[in-house]
Amino acid sequence: MPLSEEHKKRRARNWAIAAVLLALVVLFYLASIAKMAGAGDAW
Amino acid sequence: MSDAMFASARSSDAPEAFDDTQPRVVDYLALLKPRVMSLVVFTGVVGLVAAPGSINPVLAVLAILCIAVGAGASGALNMWYDADIDARMKRTRGRPIPAGRLTDGDALALGIGLSVGSVVVLGLFINVLSAALLAFTIAFYVVVYTMWLKRRTAQNIVIGGAAGALPPVIGWAVVTGSVTWQPLLLFAIIFMWTPPHFWALSLFAKNDDEKVGVPMLPVVAGLRETRKQILIYSLLLVPLAVSPSVLGMAGLLYGAVSVILGAVFLGLAWRVWRGDDLVQPRRLFLFSILYLFALYAALLVEKVVGLS
Repeated sequence: MPLSEEHKKRRARNWAIAAVLLALVVLFYLASIAKMAGAGDAW
Repeated sequence: MSDAMFASARSSDAPEAFDDTQPRVVDYLALLKPRVMSLVVFTGVVGLVAAPGSINPVLAVLAILCIAVGAGASGALNMWYDADIDARMKRTRGRPIPAGRLTDGDALALGIGLSVGSVVVLGLFINVLSAALLAFTIAFYVVVYTMWLKRRTAQNIVIGGAAGALPPVIGWAVVTGSVTWQPLLLFAIIFMWTPPHFWALSLFAKNDDEKVGVPMLPVVAGLRETRKQILIYSLLLVPLAVSPSVLGMAGLLYGAVSVILGAVFLGLAWRVWRGDDLVQPRRLFLFSILYLFALYAALLVEKVVGLS
C-alpha cells in the first residue's frame, strides 16, 4: 500500500532524528578519544 | 505569562489528524533561528581561531556545535515566550508556533533540552568557564532580554545586545580557559554594532512594533531621535572596530577593512540622520550585516594565513 503524504513526512522526521543521534554518537566518541589522548599527553 | 494568551492551533489532546499543521523537521529547525545562529557560529569560530594556543579539531567542532545549539536553544525559548506578539506581526506570523505547526510547549521543551545539553557537554568536554559563559548568554538572552527588557524599555536591544556579543568570548575561552582584553574587544564591537543595526531595522518595521506594543526606540522616542541615536552609536562603533589594529591584536588587512568599511558605515549613518525616508535605513541595515561579517572575516583570514 503506498504511503500517505503524512506517513512520508513522519518517516522523514524519524530518519532525520536517527541521523542526528548517530552523528552525535560518533562525535562524542571521537571527542572522548581526543580528550583521553590529551590527558595522556599531560602525563 | 505572554504565551498563555496565545491559543495554539495544535492542541495536545486533539486527535492525530494529519494535515498541513503537522510539524516537519524544518519547523523544529526554524525554532532555532538558523540565520541568527549562523552569525553566532561565525563570530564564535573567529573567537576560537583568534585565541592564542591550540585545540584538538574534534573538540573545536564539538565546542562550536555547543555554541550553535545554545544559540538555537535561546531562539526556541524566545519564540516560546514571544508567541503572542509573533502571531500579530507580519514579519513573524509565519513562525512555527503562530502558524500552528508547533505548540509553545514544543518550543519550551526543545529550548530547555538543548540549553541544558549544550552547556553540560561544553562543561564536560571543554572547560567550565566556556560552559558558564554559554549558560550566562542563554539566560541573559531569554530572561533579561526576552522576558524583562524587550517589552519594557527602548534600551532593550542595547542591553540585550550583550547576549549576541558573547559568542567570540566563549570561543576564546574554549581555547584558553580564560577571558582577556582581546575577546572583550571583540565583544565590545558587536555590542556597539547592535543598536544601529536593529534601530535601522526598526525604522522600517515601526508599524509592527507599535502594533504589538514593543517599545522600540522609533515607537517611544520618534523617528528623528532614532536617526540621531543611530549616528551616535555609529560614531562610537567605527573607531572601536579599528582599535584591534591599533592595539596590535590585528594586522594590516583588518585595519584596511575596518577603516574603509567603517567610512562607508559612517556615510550611511550620516544619510540616515540627515534624511527622512526609509531607503537609507534599509541600506544601513543591510550594510551593517556585511560590515560585521567582513570585520570578523578579516580577523579570521589574518589568523589562518598568519598575517597577524
